[in-house]
Amino acid sequence: MRRIKGKVFEYLCLAATVAALLLLALLLLDAWIKGAGWLSLRFLDSFPSRFPEQAGIKSALWGSVWLMLLTAIISIPLGVGAAVYLEEYADRTWLTKIIEINISNLAGVPSIVYGILGLALFVRGLMLGRSLLAGALTMALLILPIIIISSQEAIRAVPSSIREASYALGATKWQTVKYHVLPAALPGILTGNILALSRAMGEAAPLIMIGALTFIAFTPSSPLDPFTALPIQIFNWASRPKEEFQYLAAAAILVLLALLLAMNAAAIIIRNKYQKYIKW
Amino acid sequence: MDRLRTQRIRESVIEKALLLCALASILTTIGIVLVLIFETFSFFEEVPILEFLTGTTWAPMYQPQHFGVLPLINGTLMIAVGAAVIAIPLGIASAVYLSEYSSPKVRQTVKPVLEILAGIPTVVYGYFAISFITPLIRVFVPDANIFNAASASIVVGIMILPMISSLSEDAMRSVPRALREGAYALGSTRFEVSTKIVLPAALSGILASFVLAISRAVGETMAVTLAAGATPKMTLNFFESIQTMTAYIVQVSLGDTPLGSIEYKTIFAVGMVLFAMTLLMNIISMWIKERYREVYS
Repeated sequence: MRRIKGKVFEYLCLAATVAALLLLALLLLDAWIKGAGWLSLRFLDSFPSRFPEQAGIKSALWGSVWLMLLTAIISIPLGVGAAVYLEEYADRTWLTKIIEINISNLAGVPSIVYGILGLALFVRGLMLGRSLLAGALTMALLILPIIIISSQEAIRAVPSSIREASYALGATKWQTVKYHVLPAALPGILTGNILALSRAMGEAAPLIMIGALTFIAFTPSSPLDPFTALPIQIFNWASRPKEEFQYLAAAAILVLLALLLAMNAAAIIIRNKYQKYIKW
Repeated sequence: MDRLRTQRIRESVIEKALLLCALASILTTIGIVLVLIFETFSFFEEVPILEFLTGTTWAPMYQPQHFGVLPLINGTLMIAVGAAVIAIPLGIASAVYLSEYSSPKVRQTVKPVLEILAGIPTVVYGYFAISFITPLIRVFVPDANIFNAASASIVVGIMILPMISSLSEDAMRSVPRALREGAYALGSTRFEVSTKIVLPAALSGILASFVLAISRAVGETMAVTLAAGATPKMTLNFFESIQTMTAYIVQVSLGDTPLGSIEYKTIFAVGMVLFAMTLLMNIISMWIKERYREVYS
């Protein structure tokens, strides 16, 4: 009897795991069946349109690329700098404790709240309007906690013997960080940063808040231009009743997922490649 | 001597610069809180706080205007509860399987795949809800609204499942082996070890993961905007169209709301409620983890 009960339990748990995996497969399959037929070079290289056959994601794709570059430029120095400070410089005072609690709380704030902040602070306050720069600043704040936490982990994994050897040779703190700690932690930092950016790549809510959901039929040429982005284009198409637009949404989803997959693969390759060389 | 001095100055400038980077996160929090408080106060100058918190009609866009937030909170909680009903049993069962039953090889393949599930953008889940789940629901419940809470709950449940599964599995795996082996030595089956030894020992981590996942469901935006509808109402019927706090905020910002108008200020008042709810849940989750952690040496 106890045996049977155990077996039933095991199969139930197995079924739950398989169900989770099947859901993922179903989701991908659904997007593939509906969207694959609409994928073409013309789709990648056309602007959005009222006519489904002519519509494409050119402005959304370029908007996303611009947005990611600007977000990376803003968030990576800030995030890595903060991580270096917390791991290498800070004493365990009340201030660092508050900073760390604050960071883990920020990681749990819903993305739309960052959008509200961006709307009030960047769009209205700094008068940046509905520009790429306002979007990138908002996204940078959103992923900052993830960048800080993952960079901290990478820096923490560098053994202290490396630092002590550097100090013993007369290096200053910054020299030790610059020439020894950061290079050794770089693969881990890169991996974490790419994953954080891939999170920003899929976010739509904060961008809608700052007003990026408009009809844009040109590619941006400066950080102050208005823009649209892939997740927003998907939202726009998915919320229309006409069936063809649903297929366009599915096709855009395939492009977005392919880009995310490429970023994740890059992160994994970097991690595996350097793990082979660096053995403490 | 001079070289040493410039070096010392450079060291201290760099340290200050790095400290500023770390303070940016504090400034973000202060910014969020100030922006929300400032606009919320100016909202309460026009709408009594009591009406906002206890009113059961939310209609800021129509005349006569009503500003009772309860229908939006009701919608948000429906999605959170519905998602939890789906994600908690599935998440914990898959965590038990991965931690207690599966071979290391299976675990090493399944866990990254579950993490992919967690990395899919929420707008994609929203699309999945309206293109697949909703039609499926309407096969079984023909009079379900085309926008309904059930469809949104199901995809939000799928969305938070990997979080529960992954965090609970971590908690279970950190239960020391000796505890399991002690139970086996006394003649327990694997089922008994899982349910009577490992689950209770890992309970704090598992509960913390539930609270964190529900907080994620409360803050979820794109999927509920696409699938759950835009009709704020006091209902418990999952097959009706509802509206969550997040979906309302999106709806307002999609329209052209003039700066300083009462509709514009509602974004911040509703955002404040949302922020307070998720913050509270995150703090509870941390507290559970600290307070009820079993310490093994």
